[in-house]
Amino acid sequence: MAPMPGPSTQPWVEKYRPRNVNDVASQEEVVKTLRNSLETGNLPHLLFYGPPGTGKTTTALAIARQLFGPELVKTRVLELNASDDRGINVVRTKIKDFAAVAVGPGVSGYPCPPFKVLILDEADSMTEDAQNALRRTMETYSKVTRFCFICNYISRIIEPLASRCAKFRFKPLGREIMTDRIQYICREEGLSLDDEALNTLGKVSGGDMRRAITCLQSASRLFGSRISSENIISVSGVVPDDVIEKLLTSCRSGDYDKAQGTVTDIIADGYAVSQILSQLHDEVVRAEDVTDEQKARICERVAEADKCLIDGGDEYLQLLDVASNTMRALCNMPQESTYV
Amino acid sequence: MLWVDKYRPHTLEKCTVHAQEAEHLKNLVSSGDCPHLLFYGPSGAGKKTLIMALLRDMYGAGAEKVKVENKAWKVEAGTRKIDLELTTVSSNYHIELTPSDVGFQDRYVVQEVIKEMAKSRPLTVDGVKGFKVLVLNEVDKLSKEAQHSLRRTMEKYSAACRLVLCCNSASKVIEAVRSRCLPIRVNLPSQEEIIKVLHFVSKKEGLTLPSAFAGRIALASQRNLRRAILSLEACKVQQYPFTDNQQVQVMDWEAYITEIANDIVNEQSPKRLFMVRGKLYELLVNCIPPEVIMKRLMLELMKKLDSELKHEVCHWAAFYEHRMQQGSKAIFHLEAFVAKFMSIYKKFLIATFG
Repeated sequence: MAPMPGPSTQPWVEKYRPRNVNDVASQEEVVKTLRNSLETGNLPHLLFYGPPGTGKTTTALAIARQLFGPELVKTRVLELNASDDRGINVVRTKIKDFAAVAVGPGVSGYPCPPFKVLILDEADSMTEDAQNALRRTMETYSKVTRFCFICNYISRIIEPLASRCAKFRFKPLGREIMTDRIQYICREEGLSLDDEALNTLGKVSGGDMRRAITCLQSASRLFGSRISSENIISVSGVVPDDVIEKLLTSCRSGDYDKAQGTVTDIIADGYAVSQILSQLHDEVVRAEDVTDEQKARICERVAEADKCLIDGGDEYLQLLDVASNTMRALCNMPQESTYV
Repeated sequence: MLWVDKYRPHTLEKCTVHAQEAEHLKNLVSSGDCPHLLFYGPSGAGKKTLIMALLRDMYGAGAEKVKVENKAWKVEAGTRKIDLELTTVSSNYHIELTPSDVGFQDRYVVQEVIKEMAKSRPLTVDGVKGFKVLVLNEVDKLSKEAQHSLRRTMEKYSAACRLVLCCNSASKVIEAVRSRCLPIRVNLPSQEEIIKVLHFVSKKEGLTLPSAFAGRIALASQRNLRRAILSLEACKVQQYPFTDNQQVQVMDWEAYITEIANDIVNEQSPKRLFMVRGKLYELLVNCIPPEVIMKRLMLELMKKLDSELKHEVCHWAAFYEHRMQQGSKAIFHLEAFVAKFMSIYKKFLIATFG
């Protein structure tokens, strides 16, 4: 018998997504400005940027819903994100077609301004050509269409597009706001989370609300309604602190074979090296007994290794090199060997 | 049947090695539903075993009746038509495929083929729509574009299908995909666990296994369970009853790399480099992956070095392996590494011994 997707299938991220602009947590300035334009029914082109999980998409969808109401949203709003094909052809046909069509009458009860909204999610992954093709389209159809770009890195949006929009920066969520929201969800779902677990969740997610909620849901599915701090760590994919500590200790020892042994163990345990690098970096930068020069030497190599991993380099070799370099830095061995 | 397959646990309860993970997975599917899953860990750790046991737990014995098919698809991408061929392993409830097999066209597999499969939902006895499970192997080898396409598929068809992704290194899976899955880390079993399994297998086979010998097999397997069981079987063929000091067979390609390492350390000259090149080619044509050769060669060389040189050698190994991933011809970079090593080692010898 094939199992049935029950009501529990809905991700909590969707379930607890704020439906109203006013409910969007912690982005006061953005909300204030937008509320104003909601009242007047006038909207500039928008550009939302900021780290993941801070409510950019949520805000964009909430505005659309509040402007047009649940029915009209289907015809007045088009949302495209990176997984849709968004090459230059799509910009030339699909987007243009949508932007060019005139709007019908509004429905009562909502402002229903006489324009459509086109939401381009993850706009920073659009090619430069595609972005260029948008420039003229934006101006020509500005009477009937408003664009809303959403991206993580504003530097990847070409200047001509950015200058046509009102820019809003979304900042990472503060610990307290996050805790409030998590506790609210816990109450709704009947979970019990102690203070330590709550703290870990805050630390692991680093201001990313989506990540925190996804973690919470995964943990509740795997471990039931009582969730401890270790449970959170095991579902979040974060490497436990003692693994990093062990790596650093073996580097401090100055014994290469010991470091190699530690690295072999880490790889055998299957930890993601990219995660280890980022945590190692945090640990090193925070350490008080490491001089600035040592920190610089370590960080430089960590950065290189991260790039190599993205290019598809081997995890074992990269981590080994990072460990060897860290050892040379911490034990004040010369950076370059005399035999090269 | 090989012992590896014969003694593979088929249900989650019977998993002795990753008992805890198995228990969690059991909780997870007990409600009849599961999120998308991402299994990651080194090869030979038991990812596939866990996945198959999980499927069996969800769907019963029907999930084990699999058929292997070679399917062909015609995909229209803009103006071009692309023919794809892919081997799938499927049962009534799940489909397993390795999208990276089609190389750079993997994007179309993810965009079109998976979509197509996800569209047809299986019906249960009482006519309710259930969901299928799609098992994707080697997601870490997928191109970035394919991975990006995957995230939309994951969201859009989440009602009709569940994806179970399986990969060696989680670092190579993009964050967007990772964050949509429940990650499950599968570590290599410890030596003690391997010894326990070896004893279990030999008991079932009616063999007597001396503890010391079991320990040596476990050590030689480098915590890789599949390898341990295979080499136990190989040793049985070679000589039975087992003796305490029986040789554990090394893989012939590993022995070959040890030989290469010896060649390199014994003489550093263009002539020797040329000879080593021939041997490396030999390994490559026998389908040993170049990154495996690089890693093994480095480890073998390390055994013969002063600690002063080790840092340098491991740096260059990482450097050339990275180059190898970016380039297209592995032999250049393997050879470059060997040449670099020879140069460092020669200078070291001259400086030390004059």
